[in-house]
Amino acid sequence: MRRFRFSPALPKTPAFTLGDGLIMLGIAAVLFVGTRLAFHAPAVVRGPEISLSPFALPWYALLSVGRMAVAYFLSMLFSLFYGYAAARNRGARLVLMPLLDILQSVPILSFLPVVLLGLAAIMPQSVAAEVAAIVLIFTSQAWNITFSFYQSMTTIPMELREAAAIFRLDPWARFKVLELPFAAIGLLWNSMMSWSGGWFFLMAAEIFHVGSRDFRLPGLGTYLQSAANAGDLRAVMAGLVTLILVIVMLDQFVWRPLTAWTDKFKVEMTEGDEPPHSWFAAVLSRSWLVEQFGRRVWTPFSEWIDARLQHPLSGHIEPPERLPERGRSPFVIIVAVVFALLALYGAYRAIELLITLPHEIWPRLGLGLGATLLRVIASLIIALLWTVPLGVAIGTSRKLANFLQPMVQVIAAIPATALFPIVLIALLRLPGGLNIAAIVLMLMGTQWYLLFNVIAGASAIPQDLRLTTELLQLSRVDRWRTLILPALFPYIVTGAITAGGGAWNASIVAEHVEFGGQTVSTIGIGSLIANATGEGQYALLLAGTLAMVLAVVLINRLFWQRLYHIAEERYRLE
Amino acid sequence: MTPANGEVLLELNDVVKSYGTGAKQFVAVSDINLKLSQGEFTCLLGPSGCGKSTLLRIITGLNRATSGTVLYRGQQIKGVNPHATIVFQTFALYPWLTVQHNVEIALKARGVAPAARVERALKLIDTVGLDGFESAYPRELSGGMRQKVGFARAMAVEPELFCLDEPFSALDVLSAEALRGELMELWMNRAIPTKAILMVTHNIEEAVLMADRIIVMSKDPGRIVTEFRVNLHHPRQRKDTAFQAEVDKVYAAVAGKKAPVTEGEFAQRKLPHARLNALTGLVEKIAGEEDRRADLPDLSAALNFELDDLLPLVEAGEMLGFIAVEDGSLALTPLGHTYAEASILARKELIAGRILRQPLISWIYDTLQRDDTRSTARSYFFDQLKGEFGDRAEEQLDMAIRWGRHAELFAYNDDNGELYLEDHNHH
Repeated sequence: MRRFRFSPALPKTPAFTLGDGLIMLGIAAVLFVGTRLAFHAPAVVRGPEISLSPFALPWYALLSVGRMAVAYFLSMLFSLFYGYAAARNRGARLVLMPLLDILQSVPILSFLPVVLLGLAAIMPQSVAAEVAAIVLIFTSQAWNITFSFYQSMTTIPMELREAAAIFRLDPWARFKVLELPFAAIGLLWNSMMSWSGGWFFLMAAEIFHVGSRDFRLPGLGTYLQSAANAGDLRAVMAGLVTLILVIVMLDQFVWRPLTAWTDKFKVEMTEGDEPPHSWFAAVLSRSWLVEQFGRRVWTPFSEWIDARLQHPLSGHIEPPERLPERGRSPFVIIVAVVFALLALYGAYRAIELLITLPHEIWPRLGLGLGATLLRVIASLIIALLWTVPLGVAIGTSRKLANFLQPMVQVIAAIPATALFPIVLIALLRLPGGLNIAAIVLMLMGTQWYLLFNVIAGASAIPQDLRLTTELLQLSRVDRWRTLILPALFPYIVTGAITAGGGAWNASIVAEHVEFGGQTVSTIGIGSLIANATGEGQYALLLAGTLAMVLAVVLINRLFWQRLYHIAEERYRLE
Repeated sequence: MTPANGEVLLELNDVVKSYGTGAKQFVAVSDINLKLSQGEFTCLLGPSGCGKSTLLRIITGLNRATSGTVLYRGQQIKGVNPHATIVFQTFALYPWLTVQHNVEIALKARGVAPAARVERALKLIDTVGLDGFESAYPRELSGGMRQKVGFARAMAVEPELFCLDEPFSALDVLSAEALRGELMELWMNRAIPTKAILMVTHNIEEAVLMADRIIVMSKDPGRIVTEFRVNLHHPRQRKDTAFQAEVDKVYAAVAGKKAPVTEGEFAQRKLPHARLNALTGLVEKIAGEEDRRADLPDLSAALNFELDDLLPLVEAGEMLGFIAVEDGSLALTPLGHTYAEASILARKELIAGRILRQPLISWIYDTLQRDDTRSTARSYFFDQLKGEFGDRAEEQLDMAIRWGRHAELFAYNDDNGELYLEDHNHH
């Protein structure tokens, strides 16, 4: 049974700092640059022709996986450099960590229109959409991997670091022997999380289409959308089967073998009861070819690399850093000042653009935010209503877990955005169609975070507490009130933070759809942003995106983080 | 018998290590003057928090002294000392490398060619008796075997100064004893090219068993209080009367030396980190002995307490006037005797009266009494104490709350962080 641990990394203080304010201004500045570029975006963007032939599917699957792989490779590279710099250099840490903190809670999908339009202005159409998709997936994947690497780097046991210093490992050897192995398990777990998150964004990016601007990309997401659009149920099934097959194959041939392999990087000095197993890894480890490759190619190659990068007896070895020391280097102050000036200037220009908006726009923005917020809340409540009872049942019963967990995992692995066109077929004709469909999409994308967290929380309730509650013969209500709900509380809060963020993201593709030749829209900040993109109202696009980012960051800071800290302090079972 | 030729290897002059500044400053070690000579096996001995591990790290260059000089063969050391190595308390092996690779990595970092480093690693693994475990991962080994890998790795780089940071304290009794014997054999037979050994420990018997020289440290601030030379012949026998006499002598030095106490100031009257329940147990144990007195080493063995756990209890017992320390043995005072015989309720009252003499506790109690609501926020006390105790304020306040609660002097509500006086009418 795989254990899921989703825990968003939150800073210690729920309060806003000057740095946070600057970072928000910086984001405004970046968005402004994107919007400014978008002024020159072509008014008509032609989308790709999508073939519904099943023989086209392998090619589309390859394209989709390729985009994911490129974005993931970039994310990993970014994470290693960024995390290393933040952990090793206390000056860099002062800037990099608050930045990461905000970037983690920003609704990434809201950037999609700005990025697409901005890139379309400076690149050929087909390239722009590809690059935008990769940028988007990158921004959805990179932060948690980076944070995990940073956290690993800063939690390496002191004695291991001291051993590295006393045995004179130079920076490269230290990275290879200590830092990377120590971070490996966290990196892998977060890579898996990032991939499943990435699918959601890839599908959204592939199917993005407003008005005369068709930014779609050939891939599995567009295939499913076109099939649903054409009402071709056979093609829908073929597309879905392909998508599930791709996800299962990645799991079997990449993630599981890696999980089994990285088990050796755990720091605990005890053998686990159930070490992760992978049949593919077992086959590989017995293979003659792999062994020969290791002996003849990999070992000489790594020795060669080491010889290039290592400086034996390089004389001076720095002692490992101990306490996080205070004090700022002049370099950091200069960087911070330059960043602050650029952010301020960009924000000023952004405001210049924003005040060109007519006054009656602002109430509409507020209304849109409110409507989307209500949908997010509704989807969270519905998700809680079914995930808590089921999660507790799975978490406390081994029998049920063995039976249900694998099924839940496969279903959860399907990105909600891929299913969205199919959901539309069913729901669009109902009264309140898109309104309900939007909530369903938010729900599909986010309920799993809650479910897995509830399962984790329920299975973490100590056996003796459960037995005691039974011995006391508490009524069902009392049992939930005194034991189960308090014990679940921290897990529900962590799940809800992630789920809430996902729901906001979903609004971008859920509130404005073009389906079967007609355009359907409902009130919401997502539809506002999509409309502005289609009609080329750049000031409105900027205002909408900024409003959404600000709203989500504020809700996180003012509501979720407080709840999270209460949960951590009061209800964490040790 | 010891291969001493006396040349000074390492010299520390007026070394101080402190963290933070101002009220938050914490002095880890101060005024350290020390010389280590070639051929010497030296032990740094002291209770936890006396800075002995910090000192070891300053000597190896893993930590920088705040002031003072560290000379190795007359040269000021810069960065990590290349002639020193450490065997760590927690072994510090890389769990993802095999035994052989763990040893090899130390050689590889020094630029030894692949073939040569394999050969040397295998030879050392054989020397420490781990032949056949080359390809095992550390987690497959027992604690004793893991530490053998730690020794093999440290010896692989042929250090002049061999440092050991409580190397046996994480091992079971038998493995520890076996490993001590093996190390002494290698050292006495000069099977390793090491010029001097420096071992940090809080185990007095271990120090007397192995060292030529024992340096006793004390805390608040960490400093050297005295030094012994152990002239017993190797191999030393724990049962020997000469050995026991030596142990008692060191015990007396470790338990006896404390900073001078002056009344009034909080800072000089720190509450020891001791639970009053455990103190009651200790008093009862001594009361059960003949003459109502017990030897510290015997007590430590009988209660299965490390010296580190025992000393704060003794300190608390002395502070409350229940116990008197004389030459490494503990005796009950008449008050302690009364306490041992008293009922539970009477004990509470007795304790309450005694701890109220502690300035910190009486100050908290008086503050609460003067308050109209008879309650005050914990943070108020904390803020007041920060200036006095710096980093230790939290710990001291926690201790005071614990003691006060135990004696039912006052109560504490963790939910709202309030200390308050309980309503005695309901009793």
